[in-house]
Amino acid sequence: MSDITTTPQVSIPTIPVGRLAPWTVFFVLLATIVLFFISADQGAVSIPSGNAIHEWVHDGRHLLGFPCH
Amino acid sequence: MTPRAFLIRGLVAGFLASFLAFAVAYTVGEPQVDAAIAVEEANAAAAPADEPASDGHSHSHAEEDGGTEVSRQNQSTWGLLTGLVAVGTALGGVVGLAAAFAMGRLGRLTPGQSTALVTAVGFVAFWLVPFFKYPATPPAVGSGDTIGDRTLWYFVVLAISLVSAVGAVALSRRLLPRFGAYRTVLASVGGYAVVVTVTALAMPTSNELGDFPADVLWYFRLSTLFTNGVLWLGIGVILVGLIGSLHQRESLAHARREMAANL
Repeated sequence: MSDITTTPQVSIPTIPVGRLAPWTVFFVLLATIVLFFISADQGAVSIPSGNAIHEWVHDGRHLLGFPCH
Repeated sequence: MTPRAFLIRGLVAGFLASFLAFAVAYTVGEPQVDAAIAVEEANAAAAPADEPASDGHSHSHAEEDGGTEVSRQNQSTWGLLTGLVAVGTALGGVVGLAAAFAMGRLGRLTPGQSTALVTAVGFVAFWLVPFFKYPATPPAVGSGDTIGDRTLWYFVVLAISLVSAVGAVALSRRLLPRFGAYRTVLASVGGYAVVVTVTALAMPTSNELGDFPADVLWYFRLSTLFTNGVLWLGIGVILVGLIGSLHQRESLAHARREMAANL
């Protein structure tokens, strides 16, 4: 019967925690390092010393709303 | 619908959204940054020559400590783009993975809907709430002596806000079967609001504005709101589109397989 229209019962898949965890742990650690270098490095703490990173991302840090100096 | 599929789509969404945010930051934000630097230079010129500028900070760091100097031309274009693309892509990836976790775990929300909710919660918890307590400061505002404290406070509020937002979502998963959507959302949003309000009241307030012009400050802060709003909105809109079409494709393929199996 082609004229019977039913809303397809689409089941929503879930991803088991065990399959998600390695991706999440690895990427969140990586993202934290990136955020640290862009948002806070060579302001309160400096790795490496100097101010090259601070100077280069200076405007991004201000406009993203992180405490810059 | 694998973790890999979500991560890749999140990274793509973040990367693309950061160019939208750059367009906003460059056109709306940069004039205010330049205006603030003009204020800073005027203050430095007015101060006695043998003393450093009142905030102990100058935008040409190189003059005082022999460090690297990046021209304003580079800071306002390539430097700004670097910062936004790095942060935007990293946030996009994290939002993608958070959306992967949320899929199928938030009531009957479809993958697209749960992704949209995750992005909205992310914007409020990661940016808007910390901004309400420690709003962005333009160049010329903020003392070099307190940058350590202010950075720490900012990230403490950010961490509490993020953790309590995750807690509120986890709480709502438990409440939903018993109390229904309306009361569940009311309780979890209310709980989050109470936690961050108490945190904001308990944390020290930083006010180092001095006589910085109010109009420049207002337009600068508005431009940071637009920049971050467009970044997160871009991530949300692009990622919801990508996840929605992926889900549709996979459900169709699934339905076709089922039909073939029944033949």
